[in-house]
This record gives sequence, structure tokens and C-alpha cells, in this order.
Amino acid sequence: MPGGPNYYRMIPFEYLEHTADIKFRAYGKTPEEMLSNAAAALFQSMVEPATIIVKESWKVELEASDLEDLAYQWLSEIVFLFETEFAVFATFSVKLQQDRNESWKLQAEIGGERMDLLRHAFENEVKAITRHKFGIKKNDVWCIQVILDV
Amino acid sequence: MAEIIKINDNTYEVPIGHRPGMRVPGRIFVSAALRDMVEPGTIDQVANVATLPGIVKYSMAMPDAHLGYGFPIGGVAAFREEDGIISPGGVGFDINCGVRLLSTDLQAAAVQPLINTLIDALFEAIPSGLGATGRLHASDQQLTETFISGSKWAVEEGYGFESDLTHCEESGHMPGADPSQVSVKARKRGRPQLGTLGSGNHFLEIQRVEEIYDEPVAKQFGLFQGQITVMIHCGSRGAGHQICTDHLEVLSRAVKKYNIEIPDKQLACAPLGSPEADQYFGAMVCAANYAWANRHIIAHWTREVFERYFPGSKLDLVYDVAHNVAKIEEHEVDGKRERLYVHRKGATRAFGPSRSEVPDAYRTVGQPVLIPGSMGTSSYVLCGSDIAQELTFGSACHGAGRVMSRSQALKLFTGQNVKAALNKEGIVVKSTSPGMLAEEAPQVYKPSGDVVDVVHNLGIATKVARLVPLGVSKG
Repeated sequence: MPGGPNYYRMIPFEYLEHTADIKFRAYGKTPEEMLSNAAAALFQSMVEPATIIVKESWKVELEASDLEDLAYQWLSEIVFLFETEFAVFATFSVKLQQDRNESWKLQAEIGGERMDLLRHAFENEVKAITRHKFGIKKNDVWCIQVILDV
Repeated sequence: MAEIIKINDNTYEVPIGHRPGMRVPGRIFVSAALRDMVEPGTIDQVANVATLPGIVKYSMAMPDAHLGYGFPIGGVAAFREEDGIISPGGVGFDINCGVRLLSTDLQAAAVQPLINTLIDALFEAIPSGLGATGRLHASDQQLTETFISGSKWAVEEGYGFESDLTHCEESGHMPGADPSQVSVKARKRGRPQLGTLGSGNHFLEIQRVEEIYDEPVAKQFGLFQGQITVMIHCGSRGAGHQICTDHLEVLSRAVKKYNIEIPDKQLACAPLGSPEADQYFGAMVCAANYAWANRHIIAHWTREVFERYFPGSKLDLVYDVAHNVAKIEEHEVDGKRERLYVHRKGATRAFGPSRSEVPDAYRTVGQPVLIPGSMGTSSYVLCGSDIAQELTFGSACHGAGRVMSRSQALKLFTGQNVKAALNKEGIVVKSTSPGMLAEEAPQVYKPSGDVVDVVHNLGIATKVARLVPLGVSKG
């Protein structure tokens, strides 16, 4: 709901201290915005976004019984696409739909380009999204916490 | 929260009651100095594992223990076949991440002048880093064979020798693979990456045997002072990562279905004997075999490079160990022999002479236990001991263990100054990413010598040799 103290000064995401892996929180005024920001946080840990030019787009469709499972599938899908499409991504537009039996559907369009080992600045190899302390909360804004296995 | 109890100089107990639901106590094997480096979160993870059904004796953490997800890194736990569970949280995403050591018949003095050229050639021959694809272009059928037969498949395809196989844990091909449990996605990630090193803490290193602690055992392992060795550290790449991701989803549902209470979602699991447990185990074995094949192929290309610069040189496989895996093993529990599912996550099997799994060549002394150092620091070869049977289900540490976060490392170091500092010590480093060098700077890990000393002093594995790096190729 709008109006909470953090609503107007929301940051898209932030990285938190973690000894061995990468931990972040991503925020959104809507669950769509939160999932889009989470994807951006994930990808920024893999490739420097300033080196990516949006030339192509990829479509993703997913379904899950709850929002948390959907979020886990969504972030895992980005790691999968990166490795199998040999592509880097910079924009993530997410649409969500909850149907009558409460299951969630996600439709997303991801913008990016094919990998160029000379031009793109690679950061970390993200092996997977962990489920350790993985969770979504809604206070003033939506927040997802994620730990990446690197 | 109950206090941690000191049992002896190298053993601390996390008592039942540290968190609700613990079925057994926790045991953390550290010295007083290393004890201070164990984060509270790591101790909580040891306690979390102790709540899982069917756990036997203790939830354990090796001296290199640090914060993981699900199990701590350095975590070991065994579960009874009758009422226990299997959990990918006790194996990790990089299934059968492991270490392979090759001995050579070359003296350091002969190799050192060529070290730059050699590292460049190895860096060229063995694809590494993000987005790297193998030189192999495996077909779908070949991938299936890799999942079933691991290193054995690699040998049949002309990579490495038949005699290498007995010098691999599980002979490089673990039984029980079920390729039908590997998703199309896992295949798609795994196919192009067969024969790649990966990134992060994975590496290929040319080393010199600096110090021998146990002459007769070193001789048995084929190691001598001043000798050149090659160490390969990598795992099952995207195939393993995806298999774990896929089955975590299945097992998250299984937890609800079988009404298992878990304190951490990464500890998703299923009762042994259930279809979900069998499916995960069958898929996990596929990834484990993929990793053994991967290290076999990389070792073959390493031999080719050495052959180019040192014609006629002989690179023998000392041993290959897995340090992220769950296995069915027999162990003594309360005077009774029991079949257990032993999970080792960031822990190495360290079997002594009494175990039939130890290859004939090492049967009189125990299996080689390979402990890679962090970049620029010493690696160790130890020898498994029967004491480990009693204390740790035949397990030892797997490395040094991180003490500093990546972001902190990036604030303190740059790739360039890390490289310069290593060069000053005579160590050549080649990497695809300078940021990676900063994140993997030697200072971000615990001193590997301290970790190994705990293992040695406990007697679970004893020191045989210390190896120092001369050249490192990293992703």
C-alpha cells in the first residue's frame, strides 16, 4: 500500500554482507517491480550492466502454486538462460497474474544481447539460487531476500 | 540457546538444546584459534542439520567450517537407511566438486623456467571462466553415457588411461545413476560445459612438492621432494547446478507431503526409500559421474600440454576425491554395522587401511586426502586413517574455508595488486577476470596449515606432503 515511510525513497536492491556467497534484497512497490529488481540484482552480480546493450529479447512464462516458488523459478530461469542462450541481460519486464485457485503465473520479457567475451565485464559465476533464508515480505513495499551460490 | 562445550583441544560440542528439535548433538572439530573464526550462523547450521530425521551420532563440521546454505560448508552427517533422509542441502549445487592430483616425473628446476609458457598453454587448452564452452561438443547420447559411466566413459572415448580409474574415488563412476531424472534443462546446461574448468574458486595449478612429512607414505603415493605436481579443482558445472535446483523444488513439496519439519528451506529432503529420495539420488549420481568425467578430460588435456613441452614426461593420477556428495556407506554405530547415507558438503572422504573402498595401491596405508590451498598458498596431501571411522564417518576437511566476504575483498584488494603480490612470490597467475583474483585473494581464507593441523592432530588424516603453487590458471 502507498504511503509508508519507505515507499517514496525505495531503492531497487541492495547487497548485504555474506562470508562465502552473495546475498541481496530487492524491493518493489508491486510484486512485479520486486521480481524485476531481483532479476537486475542477480544479473548485476554476474555481468557489469553498463557493458550490455539491449538488442534482443527473450520471453519467459512460468507458473507456481505460490509467489515464493514463482520467484525461485524466475531467478533460476535467468541463470539457465544465461548459460544456454549465451546471452547477457539488462532489462526485465515482469507481469503477474493470480488465478482463481490461487496459483501464480508470470510472463516476462528480458532484454539483452549475445555474450561478447571481449566487451562484457564478467563478475561472478552464479551456480544457482539457494533456498537458504529465501523469502518474500510485504511491509511498506515488497521485499525479497536471496542468497546466491557462487 | 545452550553454550558450546569444549570436549578437547580440537573438538567442541553443540549440545542438544542449542535449538529446539535437535536429535543428536553437534560436533565442530576446530582448534581454539579456529574456533574464534566460526561464525554463529555456522554453529546454527550445524544445529539445524541435527534436527533431521534418522541422523546418527553427531551433526559434524570439519575445521574449515564456514557459513553455507542448508548444511554448513565443511558439514558431515550420516542418516540411517530405515528412518533417515537424503537432502541436497547436504551435497550442495556443485555436486561432486572435487580435487584431482597428478604427479609427474619432472623436477621443479626443469619446469620453473617454462612456467609462464606452460600456464598460458594450459589456460588455452582448458576452457575456463564465465560463458566458456568445452572443446568437446558432446552429443545427447554421449551425455547420457557420461551420466552413467563418468570417468569410465571418458577413458573409452580416449581421455586418460584405464589405470587412472582405480585411483579415483568410486573408480570415477558411482553406481545408481538414473539419467531419466535429469531434466532437459540440466542436459542443456551440461552438454556444452563438459570439459570446462568453471570459475570462482576452481583452478588448475602447477605445484612443487615443498615438504615431505611422511617419507614411506609419500613414496607409496608417488611423491618426492622437489617434484612437479598438477592439481585440478572443479565439479559438475551447470549440469550439477541445475540438477540440484530441479530436485530442490521436488523435495520442497516432499517435505510437506511427508510432514517433515525443517528449520531451513535449503534442507528440503525426503525419507530414504521414497520415490522423491530415489529420484534425487539417481540424478545426483549422474552429476557426480559427470564431474569425474570432467576432471578426467581436463587431466587428459593437461597431459597433452606437458607432452608438448616435456616430451615423454609421465603424469600419473595420484588420486581424485569428491568433496560435495552423498554416498551409501557401511559404518559402525553403537557396535553395529549399519548402512548409512553419508552427506559430505565441503568435506573429503578420508578412509583408512581397513576400508575395502581404498584402492589396492594404497590399501596398506589409507587413501590420499587432497586438501587444496587457497590461491597462492600451500596445498596438502594427507593419508586417511581408521581413526576417522570412529570420529567422523571417515571424513576430513576439504580446504581452507573463507573468512572474508567477496565485497570486503573487493574493497581491500584489486586483481592487479593480488597478481603482483603473487608474482613477487614467484607465482604466475592467469585468469579471465581480474575481479575474481581480488575475491579469491589468499587473505580471504583461513590459513590452510592451521586447518590441516587440526585434522592431523585429531588423527583423522595424517600429513604426507605440502605442495606450493608455481602457476595457477583460474576462471
